[in-house]
Amino acid sequence: MSNEPVFCQRFEISGKDFINAGKASTTIKAILREIGIQPAVIRRAAIACYEAEMNVVLYARKAIIELRVTPQEIRIRVEDEGDGIPDVGLAMQPGYSTASDEIREMGFGAGMGLPNIKNNADTLQIHSVVGRGTTLEMAIGL
Amino acid sequence: MTVRDVAIRLALGLLTESEGLEREITGGYASDLLSDVIAHSQAGNLWITLQTHRNIIAVATLKELAAIVLVNGRTPDADTLVKAREEKAVILSSRLPAFELIGQLYQMGIRGAV
Repeated sequence: MSNEPVFCQRFEISGKDFINAGKASTTIKAILREIGIQPAVIRRAAIACYEAEMNVVLYARKAIIELRVTPQEIRIRVEDEGDGIPDVGLAMQPGYSTASDEIREMGFGAGMGLPNIKNNADTLQIHSVVGRGTTLEMAIGL
Repeated sequence: MTVRDVAIRLALGLLTESEGLEREITGGYASDLLSDVIAHSQAGNLWITLQTHRNIIAVATLKELAAIVLVNGRTPDADTLVKAREEKAVILSSRLPAFELIGQLYQMGIRGAV
């Protein structure tokens, strides 16, 4: 069995860019549909990707999202430049958020982003360095 | 029941194009927290909310919701309407507060997932 990607694409996203927020996830969803991935798997990938993308828009300076599709899985890696997460365990707790009032008023910052990613991906790895940034890597089996 | 049926019966304003009005409604979900909607709404749901900024369109598109219903007579931001057109999302508006509107939807037989 080969792990060679049948598809690979990168997207650049910027922090605080609420105008384009969600665009990468919407594009990834369309790509997965075009490749012919099952709708239920697409929905999970799109949700996980959207939450990760919004985390960058809300909290980081910029990021690269890399989508890799192999015959076995969809792998999405989001590598951001930002403040990082001091306590990943705490950030994973549903309801925990460091969002400003302004972000909360828009309906973000409910402390559900990372839990939503965990619930929709088969695997999720978070590597964060305070002051430098956070890398999320999630995979969904096909 | 389609989006059009509900819009007519509850005299909801249509703020987007007429495309998408024939979508079948599978139920409803009410929340103003975007991640909560992402976690708990179902495809084909009506989403009742007071959020009006453009990011609601991405949520509705990702979750394949039938329509967004804004309460309290709220009007979407201008760029929300542009985005809705691009993504073929439907936005309806009601003059009622959420509690009253949801009560009427429930009486029509629209339910949430429990």
